[in-house]
Amino acid sequence: MDWNLLVTQLMNGLQLGLLLFLLASGLTLIFGIMDFINLSHGSFYMIGAYFCGTIVSITGSFVAGVLIGLVGVFAVGALIERFIVRYLYLKDHLDHVLVTFGLILIFDTLVHLLWGPSGMAIPLPDALNGQVNLGNLQLPTYRLVIIVAGLMVAVMLYFLVAKTRLGMLIRAGASNRSMVEALGVNINRLFLIVFALGTAMAGLAGMLIAPITEASIGMGNDIIIIALVVVIVGGIGSVKGAFYAALIIGMIDTMSRSYLDQLLQLVMPDNYAETAAPALSAMLVYILMAAVLAFRPQGLFPPAGMK
Amino acid sequence: MSWLPTTVSGRFYSLLLLVLACAPFIFEWANQPFYLDLLSRALILGIAAISLNLILGFGGMVSLGHAAYIGIGAYCVGIPAYYDFYNGWLHLALALSVSASFALVTGAISLRTKGVYFIMITMAFSQMAYFTFLSLEEYGADDGLVIYSRSEFPEWLSMDSSTGLYYWIFGVLLLSLFFTQRLVRSHFGRVIVGSRYNEQRMQALGFSTYRYRLACYVISAMICSVAGMLLGNFTSFISPDMMGWTRSGELIFMVIIGGVATLFGPLVGTIAFVLLEEFLSAITIYWHLIFGVMLVLLVLFGKGGIHGWLAMLDRRAADHD
Repeated sequence: MDWNLLVTQLMNGLQLGLLLFLLASGLTLIFGIMDFINLSHGSFYMIGAYFCGTIVSITGSFVAGVLIGLVGVFAVGALIERFIVRYLYLKDHLDHVLVTFGLILIFDTLVHLLWGPSGMAIPLPDALNGQVNLGNLQLPTYRLVIIVAGLMVAVMLYFLVAKTRLGMLIRAGASNRSMVEALGVNINRLFLIVFALGTAMAGLAGMLIAPITEASIGMGNDIIIIALVVVIVGGIGSVKGAFYAALIIGMIDTMSRSYLDQLLQLVMPDNYAETAAPALSAMLVYILMAAVLAFRPQGLFPPAGMK
Repeated sequence: MSWLPTTVSGRFYSLLLLVLACAPFIFEWANQPFYLDLLSRALILGIAAISLNLILGFGGMVSLGHAAYIGIGAYCVGIPAYYDFYNGWLHLALALSVSASFALVTGAISLRTKGVYFIMITMAFSQMAYFTFLSLEEYGADDGLVIYSRSEFPEWLSMDSSTGLYYWIFGVLLLSLFFTQRLVRSHFGRVIVGSRYNEQRMQALGFSTYRYRLACYVISAMICSVAGMLLGNFTSFISPDMMGWTRSGELIFMVIIGGVATLFGPLVGTIAFVLLEEFLSAITIYWHLIFGVMLVLLVLFGKGGIHGWLAMLDRRAADHD
């Protein structure tokens, strides 16, 4: 067995898991606290990538791109909450699906209008572009940056949710929204902050991945579905659940893509295994979600107080 | 003439069916074969929307995976055709039985859940179907599959000419409208509608709502697979793209434009959708923007879609008398 390949794949799985966590943590809070299905969450992932790319091309600094881009995505998220999403909380889930589907069309076309149909490459500073040697193993520096940044955000989010007053309200909101409202909390402002914060984290995920894949129209539409799977598997409203589920799903997805065919070859002829493996590896996360929904619909790590 | 419809909506729908029935002659006379194609596509999607409305509208089961059944129906034409089996009855039987089996298994699991979870689990199952076809290299994978010849039926039922295919589509459309109307008014349909409003009460009345809903889900899938079979014949090119989750989203969109839980709503909604798509995309490449804005406005301010507006005219006329 090739151990270097295994370590590389483990790192890739971790990287995908952390990106999924950045998307899913906001999604799960919006889902859990506001009971709002946001299919357009992936659009903020795309917008983040384009904002960052534009600012990098103006200022030449990747760090500036990320920081200013974050403020930009936060502002767009706040505007969308204030003028559209706020009026939908009391409507049913079908309406949420429709409006956010419409928002996806709007955002995709606006990006097309503003930045043109082709993708946008984001150059990395030289310091991040190299390789890091670990023993006899070479790892791209930037992948390590993504992993470190993802872990840092996870820790910050943990402190925000577990140790601050805002976090207390968020947790209370995820467990019992009407009680929080009854206690006189300004629920409109709380919802606005949670929504904008969630979209900013989705934007950050887009900015981090864009130097590798480049920013493109509709880049969020596939990953948002996997992020939704993470939310469901982890338990709606649970940031901790989103973290574990994101890592599990990131690992399952990466590992099955590289090792499932070898695994299947143990139990079936090679040519069948080669056909079945890609299909099965693409389906595994959905199978996991269907199993969770069928046997433990509240998710693996539901928020406290929610049954 | 007392047999003529008296309401605005009744007149509108009767006129619409009359126009649809004569469409091939109208377009032939006007020498516009392109519009017959457009209409054929609209009516095929209309059948799919009618079937979705059965579970989404009348049953309150919001499925974000209905496009899977269009894909299944289409591949039930494409895969046999790949092996030179062109018998249309075979295609039809395959589409109905494969979709019914898939719906029975996935529906049995999905219907254990409610609300958001149902939306997500139906989406998950349709994604599984999508990835299955995406990985079938033998049948073209993501490049799709070309169907070289249409399903073969006896002479008088032939779909080889575009008029023949159109009347196939129109016939299936009429059947599904008739079937929906009969179903909703039947004992079965009342239980389905009743469990949308209050499932616990229906259970308290002694109905096994789970079984009723599952049966409804399977019926809806089977109707949708016929739409898929027609679409495969119509486009003569099929690909997994037909069953992606955004396609399912579009189907919901069509039902909503027309009017949820109404007989003709999904049909007029789909025709409006396809016509808008056609004309807007001819004007500007940014037509998705207009579509998206419409969708947001429709949910925020639209009261019951096109059918809702017609019903409003009905009430106004009634007040006038």
